[in-house]
Amino acid sequence: MYKIAVASGKGGTGKTTVSTNLSHYLAQTQAVLLADMDVEEPDSHIFMQGQLWQEKKVYKEVPTLIEDKCIACGKCKEVCAFNAITMLGKRVLFFNELCHSCYSCIELCPVQAIEMKPQKLGLFTQINDKNLTFLEARLDIGQEQAVPLIKQSFDFIAENIPAEIGIIDSPPGSSCPVVETVKNCDFVFLVTEPSPFGLNDLRIAVETVKLLKKDFAIIINKDDGEENIIRDYCTKENLELLAAIPEKQSIAELYSKGSLIYQSDADFLAEIEKIAEKVTTLMRRKR
Amino acid sequence: MKEVVVISGKGGTGKTTITAALAYHLQDRCIVADCDVDAADMHLIFSNKTLEKRKFFSGKEAVVNRDLCKNCGLCQEKCRFDAIISLSNYKKVDPLSCEGCGLCYHICPYNAITMVDRLVGDFYISDIRTNTKMVHAKLLPGGENSGKLVAEVKKESRLQAEKMQKNFIIVDGSPGIGCPVISSLSGADIALLVTEPTMSALHDLKRVVELLKKFQIPSACIINKSDLNNNISAEIKEFLLENEISLLTEFTYNKNFIHAVKSGQAINEYDPFYTKETIAEVWNQLERIINKK
Repeated sequence: MYKIAVASGKGGTGKTTVSTNLSHYLAQTQAVLLADMDVEEPDSHIFMQGQLWQEKKVYKEVPTLIEDKCIACGKCKEVCAFNAITMLGKRVLFFNELCHSCYSCIELCPVQAIEMKPQKLGLFTQINDKNLTFLEARLDIGQEQAVPLIKQSFDFIAENIPAEIGIIDSPPGSSCPVVETVKNCDFVFLVTEPSPFGLNDLRIAVETVKLLKKDFAIIINKDDGEENIIRDYCTKENLELLAAIPEKQSIAELYSKGSLIYQSDADFLAEIEKIAEKVTTLMRRKR
Repeated sequence: MKEVVVISGKGGTGKTTITAALAYHLQDRCIVADCDVDAADMHLIFSNKTLEKRKFFSGKEAVVNRDLCKNCGLCQEKCRFDAIISLSNYKKVDPLSCEGCGLCYHICPYNAITMVDRLVGDFYISDIRTNTKMVHAKLLPGGENSGKLVAEVKKESRLQAEKMQKNFIIVDGSPGIGCPVISSLSGADIALLVTEPTMSALHDLKRVVELLKKFQIPSACIINKSDLNNNISAEIKEFLLENEISLLTEFTYNKNFIHAVKSGQAINEYDPFYTKETIAEVWNQLERIINKK
C-alpha cells in the first residue's frame, strides 16, 4: 500500500477536511483506505457512512509479578527507565500507565518472576463503504501513550486491508505520535493556514518531515487569496505548494455538519482534484 | 496562587487566542505559561526579550560503539521498538525510534552500548510586553513529548509566580487527551475549555470533559464562532448544562480574531471596545468560580 500522511504542525488547520474528502473522492474509482491516526481526538468517523465491519480492542503489554518466584532483589526497579516500577518494602509495584512495554524488567529479572499481560489501550473500528475502507484508532481516555496504538494500527492495516492507496489522518504537532505516523508513510501532505501561528507551526512540521527523510507537499487551507505568508514561505524555501482551499463561510458550515464538501462546492472540488492528481502521479511513479 | 489552564481537545478552536486575551487582560497580575510545546505560538503575540534559555534533557538514548560491536545482533533481536539498524559489520541506533529503555545496554555481551542524555527541546523564560514574564519551551522537531518538558514549564512558572508575587498563572495547554495535556492539567485550579460548533469539536470536547472528570478538575467553557452552526451550538450548550459546566461567553464569527493574530496583538488589544469588555467579563466570572472552590 502506498500511504500518504495528512499532517500539520498546528491543530485545526484542516487535516481531517482534506483526508475525508480526498479519500472519498479517490474511492469513486479505486479501492482506498482512510485511516484516522489522530488517536487522542479521532474525528474522521463523523464524515463516514457505510457498514460497521469490525471492532477490535487494542492492548499493550504490561508486566505482572509472579509473587512466589519474586526474591525482591530490586533489579526490575533498577532497570526500568520510565520509573514505572517501585518497591514498597519487599513488594514490587507496577505503574502501568508509565510502562513503555520495553520488556527490560522481564528480560533482566534473575528469577523469571515477571510475565507480561495485556492492558487495554484503545479500540480499532473498521467501517466499509463500497471502495472505501475506514479504520479508526481511538485511545482510551486516561491512557497517555498514543505511540503504541499508532504502531499497532499500521500492523493491522498491513494484515487486513488490501487497498493500494492509504490516506492517513495524522495527529497534530511535531512530536512522537506524528513521527510514528509519518515514519510509516511514503509521502506527506502538510495542511496549513495563512496566519503567523500557521506559518510558525508549519516550519516545525517541515523540519520534522525532513528529519524523517520523507517527500512532502503543502496544502493551504482557509486561503484568503491574497499574497500571504505561506505562499511567500513556499516560494522562498522552494517547497511544492499543491493546492489552496479558499476561505469560505460555506465550507466551514459544511464541515461543521459533518458533510463532505467536494460534492457541493466547485472551488473546493477543483482543489481536491489537484490533490488527487498528485496522488495518481505518486502512484504511477511507485509502479 | 491560582492556575487557569486553557484547553480545547480539538486544535484550532482559538485556544491560544483566548489564552493571550486573558493574559493581556491581567497584564502584570499573572505569569504566562505556554505548555503547547509542540506548536508554541504565544511568543508570536507577547515576545519581548528572552532572559534565560536552557537546553532541556529528558530520558536517554542508546549509542553503539562501533569499535566494540561484534555485530552479534542480540540488541536487534530484543529491541521492542525496531530501533537497531544493521550496517555492514556493526549495528546502529535510530534515535527517532529509540525510546531509551536501556535493554540493549544491559544485555550487550560486549558492553558496546552506552546510554546518553537525550536533548528534547529548548526552555525559555522571557520578559513580555505586559510587564510580566512568560515561561515557554520549544520541543525539537520529532522530539519526545512525554509531558516532562510541559511539567518543567509549569514548575518554573510556579517558581516565577512565587518570586514575583503573582496571583495567577495563565496556561496555554495542548490539544488532545494524552501525556502533554495530562501534564499541563496537573495542579490546575480550573480548566477553561475553548470549543466551536462543529461536530468534530463537540466530539473532542466530550472526550476532554471526561478526562477532566477523571482528574476532578472544575471547568468552564467559551464557544467560539458560535454562529457557524446554531444547531450544534445548542447541542454544546445542552451538553454543558448536563455536565454543570458554566458557559462564560460565546463569540460569533469575527474577522478581528485573525486580524489580531496577523498584527501580533491580543484580540482585546486589537479591539478595545466590545471584545475587551467581553474578555474582562469572562475573567470576572472565572475568578468567581475559582474563588468559590
